[in-house]
Amino acid sequence: MPQIPYILSVVTFLPLVGAGLILLARLFNKAGADGAARWIALLTTVVTLAVSAVLVATFDPSSAAYQFVERYVWFVGAQYHMGVDGISILFVLLTAFLMPICILASWNTIRDRVVDYMIAFLVLETLVIGVFTSLDLFLFYIFFEGTLVPMFIIIGVWGGANRIYASYKFFLYTLLGSVLMLLAMLWMAAETGTTSIPALKEYAFSAEAQPLLWLAFFASFAVKMPMWPVHTWLPDAHVQAPTAGSVILAGILLKLGGYGFLLFNLPMFPQASQMFAPLVFTLSVIAIVYTSLVAFRQTDMKKLIAYSSVAHMGFVTMGIFAGNDQGVQGAVFQMLSHGLISGALFLCVGVVYDRMHTREIALYGGLTARMPWFAAIFMLFTMANVGLPGTSGFIGEILTMVGIYEVSTWTALFAASGVIFSAVYALTLYRNVMFGEITNPAMKAITDVDRRELLIFAPLIIGTLWLGVQPGLVLDYTAASVEALTTAYRAAIGG
Amino acid sequence: MPDLISALHLSAPEATLAVGGLVLLMLGAFMGEKSVRFISALSVGLLVAATAVAVTGPLGQAFNGAYVADPLAVYGKALIFLSSAVAIVLGDGWMRRARIAKFEYPILIVLASAGMGMMASSGDLISLYVGIELHSLALYVLAAFHRDDLKASEAGLKYFVLGALSSGLLLYGASLIYGFTGSMRFDEIAAYAAANQSTGLIFGLVFLICGLAFKVSAAPFHMWTPDVYEGAPTPVVALFATAPKVAAMVLIARTLEGAFAGSHDQWAQVLILISLISFAVGAFGGLVQKDLQRLLAYSSIANIGYALLGIAAGTTAGVQAMLVFMTLYVLDQFGFFAILLSLSRGGKPIRKIADLAGLRKDKPVTAIALTVLSLSVLGMPPLAGFWAKFYVFGAAADAGYWMVGAAGLVASVVAGFYYLRIIKLMWFDPTPEGVGPTDASPVEARTIAWASAAFSFPLVIVAIGWIDHFAGVAATGFGAG
Repeated sequence: MPQIPYILSVVTFLPLVGAGLILLARLFNKAGADGAARWIALLTTVVTLAVSAVLVATFDPSSAAYQFVERYVWFVGAQYHMGVDGISILFVLLTAFLMPICILASWNTIRDRVVDYMIAFLVLETLVIGVFTSLDLFLFYIFFEGTLVPMFIIIGVWGGANRIYASYKFFLYTLLGSVLMLLAMLWMAAETGTTSIPALKEYAFSAEAQPLLWLAFFASFAVKMPMWPVHTWLPDAHVQAPTAGSVILAGILLKLGGYGFLLFNLPMFPQASQMFAPLVFTLSVIAIVYTSLVAFRQTDMKKLIAYSSVAHMGFVTMGIFAGNDQGVQGAVFQMLSHGLISGALFLCVGVVYDRMHTREIALYGGLTARMPWFAAIFMLFTMANVGLPGTSGFIGEILTMVGIYEVSTWTALFAASGVIFSAVYALTLYRNVMFGEITNPAMKAITDVDRRELLIFAPLIIGTLWLGVQPGLVLDYTAASVEALTTAYRAAIGG
Repeated sequence: MPDLISALHLSAPEATLAVGGLVLLMLGAFMGEKSVRFISALSVGLLVAATAVAVTGPLGQAFNGAYVADPLAVYGKALIFLSSAVAIVLGDGWMRRARIAKFEYPILIVLASAGMGMMASSGDLISLYVGIELHSLALYVLAAFHRDDLKASEAGLKYFVLGALSSGLLLYGASLIYGFTGSMRFDEIAAYAAANQSTGLIFGLVFLICGLAFKVSAAPFHMWTPDVYEGAPTPVVALFATAPKVAAMVLIARTLEGAFAGSHDQWAQVLILISLISFAVGAFGGLVQKDLQRLLAYSSIANIGYALLGIAAGTTAGVQAMLVFMTLYVLDQFGFFAILLSLSRGGKPIRKIADLAGLRKDKPVTAIALTVLSLSVLGMPPLAGFWAKFYVFGAAADAGYWMVGAAGLVASVVAGFYYLRIIKLMWFDPTPEGVGPTDASPVEARTIAWASAAFSFPLVIVAIGWIDHFAGVAATGFGAG
């Protein structure tokens, strides 16, 4: 199939068109606007998924070059420059894949200001896809920063009791990280005279400039990721966000950090990356071990999963800065797989929360008897989260650990212990919620997952298992781009 | 005689305003109080005409170098005159509703604009001072325009006393500069400074900067700003926040990058210090404000710090960045003030930030407009405020001031808190009980508010290319490289 021109712009801005349609529907028909908003949003996200599937199908995975490139002069200083390589195209697909799920998950749970909600999600989808497709420094920054606003509103309007605090913290924390990146970008544009990311990857920044630039970008992406010790915004944001908000946050927004490392830090500042790699490894190991232990002590289900996300992102940062094929491949794989698994786990919490309106682990127990289907689904994703072979969680962890083993044995050792810790907290969560006697009388009437919920979980189950037994689906796409990246990295650091 | 004619031709924008203002004054005096609307309309027409004259007029020097008509002056004047016109439009209805409508209001703005045009075009120290005084005197009166209001009188008096002090500083600096260089003209001062190292000149320069910093309300010369913003009538504050700041910034650029281009190392230190203090005062001072207009005062202090950073870079790109910044800033400010002017409950204007709660229900479009404007001033890409910061910090980073840039960006995150609070009040908080709906908003204020928000996003994405171009032309010849 030939590559369709402008398809990247279409896939990026399609959700925005959907948002516009919702607004029109609201203007012309106030009474039926809520229903219309739900259907338009679902339809838009499904069409976006279809278009991105076409995008992936027509992509040539054997080439490491950017494909579907679009480039126009915007004005002095920035260009409208889009393109995808084997890494970013999969993130586009992940975003498009998770969005219809989010819309479906919010179908009945969001009853207040549905129109605004759907618009916020569609705008967010455009911005996130834009991050993954832009190849211009400032275009990237615009999309990257822009994601804060809809997420701020999603948490702040439809969140839990303490949503205001969480939304401020989310916004200001991540903003502080990214303003330093903006300064670095401005400096780079002035220094090199170009804002094209592919061109900047070729540019050799001086050894004096690299560490500062690296740190500026690191500040932004480490907060986004989030890495220990700047992860504290994440549990708050997750706990307060509505279910679909948590899915997007864990499934996609965290990946912006890892994607940023792969787009900027590693290829543009290789010497600095090598220099700071021990720092990253240390922080990653602390994230894996420490936040796993913290997760074990949580009483709130969402908070537990949030901390487990931080631990899993530790594998990603570790793999990226290992700088070899396995490490980077594993990191990309881990990000995609975590997008599915953590999204599914937050949806699982959403299922019981919708019924019981509490996330306190202590109030649950014995759900297996009442909810057999749910028990099976929750079991699958708990196991995937632990990294059981046969699920996608396993591939990512094993690849990053193979990668890091080549570079630093000690890091690999500690990281491997993290796998055990994750089993401890995840299985404890499962036991406390699902097994035992029903102690809370309110649980007696709880119902199993309905058809809509099964429809939501089905693609995630298929994805997790399929990638678990056939990782080549992803790895074949990323291979060429990752190899180009790591080859250039090794050449630059002279190894 | 041909000299005088060509001089008058060059200075036609100010001449138009001065003569037109006097004619309008006569008209008003003869027609009486009922002429207010008529005079307002004519004043707006006069300002638009002056803009046209400035844009189409010839370029050159007049009055023995005291008056300069160059692209920078034209760019500044277009912005200043049009801002003044918008302030008259905003003020007309408001003054009538507050029952203080007088025909002097538009005329004073016209006369102040003549002074501000003079500032933008000044080529020597005398015209600099005359321009500043001409606009300041009119503004003092405007600040106290609501003369039966205690706070307005206080604002007028404070502004006047502190303004007189700053004029004193400025004059002292000017006299030192004249004393050491033997010339009033900027080009001759520049020639002297290039040939001689003079400590006295630097002394004078610092005093001059202090006086000018007062006019743009940069910290630590900002003390008057919150009180005047709070006390003066809102449309007058809308004027204060825009046209005079542009005039003073253009004047600062002209003086420092023109007359004192050679002493960049010296004055850049002063400007950077002022910028840093302004960032801090603007960001942290705004956190505790409850009054919307006081909040805007602190926001303006921080923003002026950013604009000054552009000049401090000392490059042509820096001057261009300052002009882009001021343009976008003025457009955002009008949005804010138009929204303030359009909101009232039970006939009383909304002054407290907390009163914005529930606006979403009454006036969804205005709430969206205010959200867009807040995000814009916060610096969210790709809104107007982002591009403003983008240019300034780009120029600063390019000139090597990246530490100052980092401080400014961190301050902008702190300031982000108070802009977010506006959004939070409108969208996150439930509508408070027992509070009536807001009154119907006046057409002119609502239109300007929506237009300003629409410019901030999405129109700016197209317009930024043109602003970039014109500001680039205007900045040519100022600053290094």
